[in-house]
Amino acid sequence: MNILVILFPLALGLGLAGLAGFFWCMRTGQYNDLEGSGWRVLQDDDLIDDPSPRTNAMREPERAR
Amino acid sequence: MAVQQDLSVFVHHHDGIDGMELAVDGIRCAGCMHAIEKGLKRDSSILSARVNLALKRVTVEWREGVLRPEAVIERLARLGFKAYPFLPSEQQDSVTREEARLLRYLGVAGFAAMNIMLLSVSVWSGNASDINPVTRDLFHWLSALIALPTAAYAGRPFFESALRALKAGAVNMDVPITLGVVLALGMSVVETWNHAEHAYFDGAVMLLFFLLIGRYLDQLMRRRTRDLAGNLAALKAETATRFERDGTTIVVPIAAVSPGDLVLVQPGERVAIDGLVETGRSEIDQSLVTGETMPMLVAPGGRVHAGTTNLSGALTVRVEAAGSGTLLDEIDRLMAQAVESRSRYVHLSDRAARLYAPLVHATALATLLGWIAFGLPWQQALIIAITVLIITCPCALGLAIPAVQVVAASALFRRKIMLKEGDALERLAEADMVVFDKTGTLTLPEPELLNADSLDVDIVRQAAALAAASRHPLAQAISRAAGDPAPVHAAHEHQGLGLVALVDGSEMRLGSVSFCEAQAEAELVAAAFPTTSLIAWRHGDACAVFAIGQRLRPDAHACIAALRQLGLGVMILSGDREAAVASVAQELGIATYRAAMRPDEKLLALADLAAGGCKILMVGDGLNDAPALAKAHVSISPVSAAHLAQAAADIVFLGDSLAPVAASILIARKARRLMIQNLWFAVLYNAVAVPIAIAGLATPLVAAAAMSGSSLIVTFNALRAGRGAVSTAAERTIS
Repeated sequence: MNILVILFPLALGLGLAGLAGFFWCMRTGQYNDLEGSGWRVLQDDDLIDDPSPRTNAMREPERAR
Repeated sequence: MAVQQDLSVFVHHHDGIDGMELAVDGIRCAGCMHAIEKGLKRDSSILSARVNLALKRVTVEWREGVLRPEAVIERLARLGFKAYPFLPSEQQDSVTREEARLLRYLGVAGFAAMNIMLLSVSVWSGNASDINPVTRDLFHWLSALIALPTAAYAGRPFFESALRALKAGAVNMDVPITLGVVLALGMSVVETWNHAEHAYFDGAVMLLFFLLIGRYLDQLMRRRTRDLAGNLAALKAETATRFERDGTTIVVPIAAVSPGDLVLVQPGERVAIDGLVETGRSEIDQSLVTGETMPMLVAPGGRVHAGTTNLSGALTVRVEAAGSGTLLDEIDRLMAQAVESRSRYVHLSDRAARLYAPLVHATALATLLGWIAFGLPWQQALIIAITVLIITCPCALGLAIPAVQVVAASALFRRKIMLKEGDALERLAEADMVVFDKTGTLTLPEPELLNADSLDVDIVRQAAALAAASRHPLAQAISRAAGDPAPVHAAHEHQGLGLVALVDGSEMRLGSVSFCEAQAEAELVAAAFPTTSLIAWRHGDACAVFAIGQRLRPDAHACIAALRQLGLGVMILSGDREAAVASVAQELGIATYRAAMRPDEKLLALADLAAGGCKILMVGDGLNDAPALAKAHVSISPVSAAHLAQAAADIVFLGDSLAPVAASILIARKARRLMIQNLWFAVLYNAVAVPIAIAGLATPLVAAAAMSGSSLIVTFNALRAGRGAVSTAAERTIS
C-alpha cells in the first residue's frame, strides 16, 4: 500500500495540471472563437512569404492541371 | 458631397496603440476571414487584424494617431466587406464575466468529481473484498480534502440563489439542492470521523458538477443571442449630423452626441435625438412613435422626438437627450405601467420546485421518525433520512429544463430566430391568441409603389428620376420601384408640395395631387387603392398618379393559415386608420381587428383579453407597440423593429418572411412537451429510488449510479427538441 504515497499525489497533480491548463485557456481567450482557429490551420500564408524551391516545385503540377 | 464622419468614440487607446472592434456583415467562411486579415495586414500602418469567425467580428489595432478609424472601414469596404464599429456595452461585459465565472466553477467541480470518484471506486471495490479500514479512512479523508473546498467554491451559485429565495420567503430548486449538498457533506465528515463504511463526498460533488452544466448551458444560450443582437445593433447604429464650432457639419454616431449639441436633420431622415427646433420648418411623421399617421407641423421652438421622421424641410435641433435617453414621456410612462402590471410568470422549474421541495423534506422527516419508532438509534435513523435527501436531490431536474431550452434555442437559431429569455419558450408554448400590429409587421416596413402595373413604364422611369432627387419617403418609394435611377439635375423642392424640374424645355412636377392639378386622375386611382397615399406627376399634358402604400409581407397569408392550423386565434391591433386596417384584415381573412388605437388603448385591449383568460402572443415592431410587447404574455418582433420594441420583445426574428412566428410556436410547443416529459422522468426516478433510500439501502454506489443515470436520460431526451418532427412539421406547415 506504500505505493499510494506516490500514486495519489501523482493522480492529484495530473488533475491539477489539467485544471491549471483549463484556466490558462480561459484567461488567454482560447475559447473566444471556436470556429476560426480550426480554419486558421489550413491557411498557407507562411508559404507565400518564403517561396522555397520545394513549394514552387509542388505548385508547378497544380498550375499545369 | 462627401460627408465627413467621426468615429473616434469607438476607438479605445492602450499604451500608444489604438484599437477598434467592428461587426462585419457577410463573413461566412474561412476564405472571408483570410481575405480580411490578409488585406488589412498588407497596410503597414495596421499592427494587427484578427477575425472572430464565431462572432463575425474583427478587432483591428494600429499605432496611435497614424490612422483614422474611418479609414479602417474604407479599407474593409475596398475588400468587399461592410463593417460597422462596435461598442461593447456594460451589460455585455457583465454577462461575459458571469459566464467565465460559471465555467471556472464547472472546471473545478469536474476536476474534483473525477478525483473523488477515483478514490470512491477503490473504496467500493475494497468494501466488496478486503479493504483495510485504515486505508478506507485515508481515502475518505482525502475525498473530504478535495470535496469541502470544491463545494465551498463551486457551490456558490446555488447557495446564493437559495439564500435569496429564502430571504424573499419563497422556495426554488436551489433550496433542496443546497440542503442536500450541505447535509451530505456534513454527514460524510461525521461518518468518516467514526470510521464508517460509507461517505457521500462523491455524490455531493457530482451533483454540483451536473447542475453546473445545466447552469452553464442556460448562460451560453443567452450569451449567443446577445452577441448576435449586439452585431445587429451595430449594423443599425444611428448617426446624427452635428454642427461643429466652426460651422462645418460632421456625421457622428449617436453615442457621441451629447445634450446641448446642435444637429442638422435633413428631410427624409429619421430623427435620432430628442430636442428643440432652433431653425427651420417641417412636417414630422410620428407614426412610429404614436401610431398617428397624420404628419405634424413643427416650427422653431417646437419639440421633436427620436424615432420620428422628418418629411419636408431641413431642421436644426438643439439636443436635449441622445442615445438611450430618448423617449416620449408618454411611451416611457406606459412602458413602466406595462412592466409593472404584467403578472410575473412562474417558471416551470420553480413550479415543480414548489411541489417538490415540501414533499421531499416531508418524506425525509417521516423516514427519520419512522425509523426511530421502529427502534433504530437516532443517529442511524438520521443517516438514513439524509440519504433520502441526497438521493432525491434534483439532479435531473436541474438539467431537465435548461438542456431542452438550449437545444430548442439552437433549433430556432438555425431558422434565424433569436430567443432572448429561456423561459420565453414555455410562455410561447402556452399562447392561444396572436395579436398582430399592422404597419411593419404584417406589412413590409418600407412603403412601395402599388399601381406600377397599370402605369406606363416610361412614365414611371421619368417620375422616378425626378423622385430620386428627394429624400421624402414616398418619393423614395417611386425611385425604388424603377430601380433607383440617376436623379434629374437641378430639381427644386417646394416644401410640403413637391418637386419641380425643367425637362425637355417644359416643367415637370411631382408631388401632391393639387400641386400637379391631377384631381381627375387621382379620383380614379383613389377608388382602386382606397387606403394608399397618392403622389401625382405632371409633364406638360402627360399626367399620372402613383398609389403608394404598404405591401403585405410575402408569406403573411401562409403564416395566418399556419397559426389557425395550430389552433390559435388571430387579431389585429393597429394605430393606423380604420380603412387601411380593414383592407389588410379583409385580405388576410382576419375577422377581429381594431384600428386607430393609441399605445395606451393597445395596453387596455391586451389587459381585457388577458382578463378573458387569453394567453397573448404580441407581434409588433413600432415604438408605439413597445408597451404592448412588454405587457403581453410573450412577444415577437421583426429585426426591422424600433430599438425599444426589440428590447421589449422576448423573441426577435430576421428576414422579411413571417414564417418564423409559426415555426417558433411549433418548436416551443415541442420543447414544452419535452420539458414536462423530463419532469415526469424525474418523478419516475424518485418513485424507484426513494423506497430504496427509505429502506436504508442507498449506498454511495447506488446514489452515484442513480444520479448519473437519470441525468443522462433527461439529457438524451432533451436532444430530441432540435430534431425530427419539429423541422419537418414546421417546414410543411409553412410551405
